[in-house]
Amino acid sequence: MTCCAPAIEASAENISAPETNDDILRDASLDLGNGHLQLELALPDIHCAACINTIEKALAQLPMVETARVNFSTKRVRVDYAPAKGRPSAITAAIRARGYRSFLLDPETDNQTDTTLRDLVRALAVAGFAAANIMLFSVSIWSGAEPVTRDLFHWISALIAVPAVAYAGRPFFTSAWRALRHGALNMDVPISLAVLLALALSLFETYNHGQHAYFDASVTLLFFLLIGRTLDHMMREKARSAVRNLARLAPPHANRRHEDGRHEKIALKEILPGMLLDIAPGDRLPVDAEIVSGDSDVDISLINGEPVPEHAGPGSALLAGTTNLSGPLLVRATNAAADSFLARMIALMEAAEGSKAGYKNIADRAAAIYAPTVHILALGTLLFWGLSTGNWHMAILYAIAVLIITCPCALALAVPIVHIVASGRLFEQNIMMRDGAALERLAQIDRGAFDKTGTLTIGKPRFTGQFYGKPELLARAASLAAISRHPFSKAIRTAAPDLPAVKKAREIPGSGIEAKIAKDTWRLGNTGFCHADAIDTPDQSSVVWLSRNDVPVAGFAFADPIRPEAAKTIAALQALGLQTSLLSGDRSAPVLYTAETLGIADARPGLTPEQKVAALNDFSAHGQKTVMIGDGINDAPALRAAFTSMAPSSAADIGRNAADFVYTNDNLGAVVFTITIARRAAAMVRQNFGLAIIYNCIAVPLAVTGHVTPLVAAIAMSSSSIIVTLNALRLRWGSTPKPTPATTPASTAALSIPT
Amino acid sequence: MSSVLFLIPIALFLGALGLGAFLWSLKSGQYDDMEGAGLRILDDDEPGKPVKNDPH
Repeated sequence: MTCCAPAIEASAENISAPETNDDILRDASLDLGNGHLQLELALPDIHCAACINTIEKALAQLPMVETARVNFSTKRVRVDYAPAKGRPSAITAAIRARGYRSFLLDPETDNQTDTTLRDLVRALAVAGFAAANIMLFSVSIWSGAEPVTRDLFHWISALIAVPAVAYAGRPFFTSAWRALRHGALNMDVPISLAVLLALALSLFETYNHGQHAYFDASVTLLFFLLIGRTLDHMMREKARSAVRNLARLAPPHANRRHEDGRHEKIALKEILPGMLLDIAPGDRLPVDAEIVSGDSDVDISLINGEPVPEHAGPGSALLAGTTNLSGPLLVRATNAAADSFLARMIALMEAAEGSKAGYKNIADRAAAIYAPTVHILALGTLLFWGLSTGNWHMAILYAIAVLIITCPCALALAVPIVHIVASGRLFEQNIMMRDGAALERLAQIDRGAFDKTGTLTIGKPRFTGQFYGKPELLARAASLAAISRHPFSKAIRTAAPDLPAVKKAREIPGSGIEAKIAKDTWRLGNTGFCHADAIDTPDQSSVVWLSRNDVPVAGFAFADPIRPEAAKTIAALQALGLQTSLLSGDRSAPVLYTAETLGIADARPGLTPEQKVAALNDFSAHGQKTVMIGDGINDAPALRAAFTSMAPSSAADIGRNAADFVYTNDNLGAVVFTITIARRAAAMVRQNFGLAIIYNCIAVPLAVTGHVTPLVAAIAMSSSSIIVTLNALRLRWGSTPKPTPATTPASTAALSIPT
Repeated sequence: MSSVLFLIPIALFLGALGLGAFLWSLKSGQYDDMEGAGLRILDDDEPGKPVKNDPH
């Protein structure tokens, strides 16, 4: 393996994942007929040529695999296999053995191919073909063809243009029709009108042996507009599929235990209140439930942002989204998946969406003013020339010239081309954006609201030092910790030299670890477990004790450290003129401490998801546009309710889906970078609109007075589009501060260990 | 004029051929993985040969 670090640890945690279950894999496969099935898996870890090679070869060696093809762009692999020759779990096992994670895709939402993109590209190809050929005829007509040749060329052009417009124009016609039916005007209405009128007039002219036909103009216009639309669609799809691949981490299945002891895998939506479910260590709870038997530590950080796991025993109520950490649990579902905590969060998010639905993107706002103006102008031209000269044929000709020359070619490209370039810039820095409107919103914000745990802080307890006892006892603690997967144990292990695990140790969920070593009983665990109540502990930290024969001999402190780049990010945001807020579900002391350290004036601890949404509504009531940055399930409604939002890719699935921007480089610097790009993009859009308006100011008077020939119209139209495109490309070259690489967590931890 | 009569159909035919070829390549999935195609060229192994050892 040259550049790919195998994700062994991650694979070890996925033992009970649906990817190892034959039935689930078979259900998720597509039946190709002739006894073959097709399975598609997400491979989030592939990133080089060697990865493709390794996986394809590993799969080709399996007896039941017919073909295996990795798609690098979507980070997926498609495997055709014969179930008669082997179990499908061997496929995922082979991928895991090579050190990669593979996730099942939801067949209902992910196996559809992107038909919209296909339609757009086909329309683009047809429009391009027609535009090139008609332009060839037009050039010879412009250079002075004889009347007979001209008529022939017009007829051939008509033969190409009519089917081409009918086929390639459909995306615009349907959209314009939909807008008109609802009594609205969008950019597609003047586009459709100009294209259809130009085509109709050209046919009329051709039939009457007229001098001018506008076939070239109408088809070229379609071609340019389709380029913009296709690029726009591709950008959105790319971001969407990346987010979807990440969202596969949550298991869509649960392990049901019948009253007679039988086990059965059932789908999430089949869970009913009262059912018994087995939750293995490492699994997430699919629904709200009550523990029947078993003792374990559970990680509830996704729900309330609290980084320290809680102990749960028989009778404890657990919310959906909780992760079971240490022991197997048997739970009884208290409600169906549709009524769970998660589902309530989703409902809350849908209710909050209203604040964004009122937002119209800049292109549609421009169209609302532009389209009526153009139509009135064209109508005025028609009436003026018709009434003043009595020559209605000429008047129609001039009116159409106005429609064509004002046709928002440059205007239609002005916005999407800037968004494409901006999203490309963001994608290079591993930031994905949902759509262009989000970029426009982000450029307008004047307040940044942060969640604490996992966003401003690392989100996992980290060993900060030993405050009691002899330093060499750290090694003893680490050897005890080696048997546990509790976050504190993991933190101790990363801070201490690598030692073999103690043999005869056992973990007592909710308390700690106990081991017998040479007649001594060693314990590593919480204050009560180690009888350390009498010793003072430092503030702001969680502590773990080590005791020998019930006498505490060493104490270790843990904290959820603030990200190294957080202070710089907050300062940079304030330099950009943003106010900052801290909205956290965590307790008051750590929240206020974090806010003070980072210089955030407005800190609000102990907020429920509803209160976070209320806080955001409060900001917007005071006329402030807020970007929410958060990662937990408890942030999801706030992410959706905020004017715009960002989430790290480590966020809960639901949070990622709610956010407008997702950054995968685990670095808060992405926030500053994205805002800078968004502001520059907004400036660029304004410039492009300015250019388009200047162009219209020159061209419209010429058209109204009847000085525009098709040649002039075609040249003016293309050159304005090209100028707008070139202007947008400046966004690529300009200097923008890159997100600074974060200090590696390991090195910051090492600094604080007393030696 | 007479040369135009057969040159135009030929030109249109060739253009249509190009369009057809593009639509076919689109349909056969050659544009599905634009990034992967660029990386696969780095793979030295002949397709179809049995793999003895993973070189990495």
